[in-house]
Amino acid sequence: MFGYYLELALRSLKRNRVITALMVLAIGLGIGASMTMITVLHVMSGDPLPGLSSQLYVPMLNVWSSSGHGGNTPDGFTWPDVQNLLRAHRADAQAAMAEGVAAVHPTQPGVGVFFAVGQFTTAEFFSMFDVPFRAGHGWTAQQDQARARVVVLNSRLDHKLFGNRTGIGQTVQLGDAAFRVIGVLDDWNLQPDFYRQKGNHLYGQRDQLFLPLQTALALHMPMNGHFSCWGDGAESRTSNQCTWVQFWVRLDNPVKALAYGHFLDNYWQQQKAHGRFQNAGHPPHLYGLMSWLAHEHIIPDTLAMQMWLAIGFLIVCMLSVVALLLAKFLRRSGEISVRRAMGAKRRDIFMQFGIESALIGTAGGLLGLMLAQLGLWSIRQRPEGYAQLAQMDVMMLVGTVVLAIVASVLAGLLPAWRACQVPPALQLKTL
Amino acid sequence: MPIRPILSSLRRHKLIVTLLALLVAFTCAIVCNVAFMIRQHVADMGVPSGVAESQLVMIESVNLKPGVNHIAQHRVDLAALRAIPGVTSAAAVDALPFNGNNWSTTASITPNGQNVAQLSVFNGTPGELQTLGLKLVAGRDFRADEYVPKHATANNGGLQHVPAVIVTRALAERLFPGKQALGRLIYPYSNGVRIVGIVNGLLQPGGGNGPDNNFSALFSMLPDGMSVTYVLRTSPHDRAQVLQLARKALLKVDPDRVLLHPQTFTQLRARHFSRTRTMIDLLLAAAFGLLFVAALGITGLANFWVQQRTRSIGIRRAVGATRGDILHYFQTENFLIVTGGVVLGVILAVGLNLLLMQHYEVPRLPLWYLVVGAVALWVLGQLAVLAPALRASHVPPVVAVRSA
Repeated sequence: MFGYYLELALRSLKRNRVITALMVLAIGLGIGASMTMITVLHVMSGDPLPGLSSQLYVPMLNVWSSSGHGGNTPDGFTWPDVQNLLRAHRADAQAAMAEGVAAVHPTQPGVGVFFAVGQFTTAEFFSMFDVPFRAGHGWTAQQDQARARVVVLNSRLDHKLFGNRTGIGQTVQLGDAAFRVIGVLDDWNLQPDFYRQKGNHLYGQRDQLFLPLQTALALHMPMNGHFSCWGDGAESRTSNQCTWVQFWVRLDNPVKALAYGHFLDNYWQQQKAHGRFQNAGHPPHLYGLMSWLAHEHIIPDTLAMQMWLAIGFLIVCMLSVVALLLAKFLRRSGEISVRRAMGAKRRDIFMQFGIESALIGTAGGLLGLMLAQLGLWSIRQRPEGYAQLAQMDVMMLVGTVVLAIVASVLAGLLPAWRACQVPPALQLKTL
Repeated sequence: MPIRPILSSLRRHKLIVTLLALLVAFTCAIVCNVAFMIRQHVADMGVPSGVAESQLVMIESVNLKPGVNHIAQHRVDLAALRAIPGVTSAAAVDALPFNGNNWSTTASITPNGQNVAQLSVFNGTPGELQTLGLKLVAGRDFRADEYVPKHATANNGGLQHVPAVIVTRALAERLFPGKQALGRLIYPYSNGVRIVGIVNGLLQPGGGNGPDNNFSALFSMLPDGMSVTYVLRTSPHDRAQVLQLARKALLKVDPDRVLLHPQTFTQLRARHFSRTRTMIDLLLAAAFGLLFVAALGITGLANFWVQQRTRSIGIRRAVGATRGDILHYFQTENFLIVTGGVVLGVILAVGLNLLLMQHYEVPRLPLWYLVVGAVALWVLGQLAVLAPALRASHVPPVVAVRSA
């Protein structure tokens, strides 16, 4: 019976090719648009560090001692606060970081000076974020204190500078100073790069080098990002009235997180007692990684809005298809009543038309899949950082097919039901 | 055209009428909100920067040699740049609207007082005002003796003894609401800086469409970091050539420097708004796609109805209805259904807007968007029904007797 219905459906679809094509197009457009947006949102809202993300926290210390900043959270920590927190060493791992730029002087002839973006950070950065090394290792806390001139390169910069053999043990001239390469990272590509200062491009950018923050400070290496001071902050990196450093901690379980929260509260109260943070309204807060991403709207709001827009678009497309199918099926009332009069049950009629709409849905789904790939491709051509991520994974592929089938079956349900309501005898009269 | 018979006929096809009305309603709700979003993005993109955009080109120069006197180097470079034919003026600056190089600081109006505003600091060599084309609405440009080095390598310490500042009108109004700001002192630190001039507007390096985004101040400080941006003013059609010559001239002065981002201001602005541009394209595509699909549904149903009622049309024609009557019948019918959908759509549009306002930073939907949306759907409905209605009007009266 299924084969017979399939044949009937195909014949019926062929009878009016324009309408069939329009219906397939409508479903395809709706599926294509919504799957493009859902995929973009899906890849962006993923967990950047699965397994570790629940243990990573970012403390927020409200430092503004003025009303000029409204209720905004600050852009980071002041250097003295970060040093205090690092020294206290209350978390399982902790690191401070700031985005910096280094002028790289390659040794090979013919290659000019170029700039590389990276993180100026502290020793535990690598262990805290579980950064994979291809060769070598990070530096130690002693090297931090000694302002050691050591650097860790990512695999791309390493390849650019030293070719196929790693540059471990070699020196590279960064700005005014020579640095010894002590580590080369394996492919490490967090999406998003959550540890960056808010407002920086968090998607698509890759840190090319890592070197001790204290060394960078001593050498006055240029740093990127917001650098905000209040009061008589003297615009100095080491001032306790200028925020710019990022600080992350790893706390292995919720109990420790609670304890760390208390520690921060105490620290804040203590500093207040010393006359700092006088006008800061809110006590410190410890954000988990995922809630930090949500709090900072790391995923642009516009993307979520676009997704809802695309889903609205799909609904309109489905309504259109329902209308077209209904028209198509009811036009065949005569045929239906003949079949009913000859003994077909309502279920049979329902099956016949259900299969026809499922066929349209499948075709529309395939078209939608192609359109979604086209949409994702066009997003990948855009200059935004996150654009490079716009790829469908297996889950999204399956999701697209499922969505297409669900949409078409839903769209076909009502028309098929109406079709099987056609009474056998009444219509016969009009034939 | 009497409406009553049409209504009673529609009452017999509740399902299809409901479907059509829903289709129109959803389309109306979404299109109204999308149109509004597009309008907002267009407004964002049109934000004035305050500078003579069509006449500016820029190039970034980085000098990596240790121990260079950057201020002296800038002077030499600028002399070479000004010698380029077509260049009317040139300056070395750090911040520019949209270049993202934002150094912001707070300022109060009394020594060590409450911070009144957070402002963006702009610095440049003499002639910056003229090069950028900023319009002074009060006061004067800096005098030569007012310039101090920025001390970029010493925590921008120049700000602690700079004597003069030129502020935007928006900033002056924030600092001294309703009062004369010219000649007053502001305090980024404990030292007072005198406001010697007020310019009409200068957008912050990060851009933005709010009034706060014009809280900019030019200080009489000379950039002295290893990286500087040279801005050249020229006539719009000479820009590409001037940019090329500027590159050559700078490399001739010092071949070891690194030159970055040679571009016109127009390109800088376009780059800054590339994401907004994407958004507008996407929204436009969505809006047209929606209207297209909605038209598809309306045409499909109208076609079906014409076919279903061929015999009734024949009978009406046989008893005296003209072609015009039949055409108008279908047009009026479509108008009634679309009107029903539009009424529902307007309610949905307002609801959707309220929902968006709750979750995202979206302002209230102005009412006239609803009017435009409604008109658009009426027109769309009429266009979609035209072909089927014309076909109906060509049904010959003889059909009435043929198949009965």
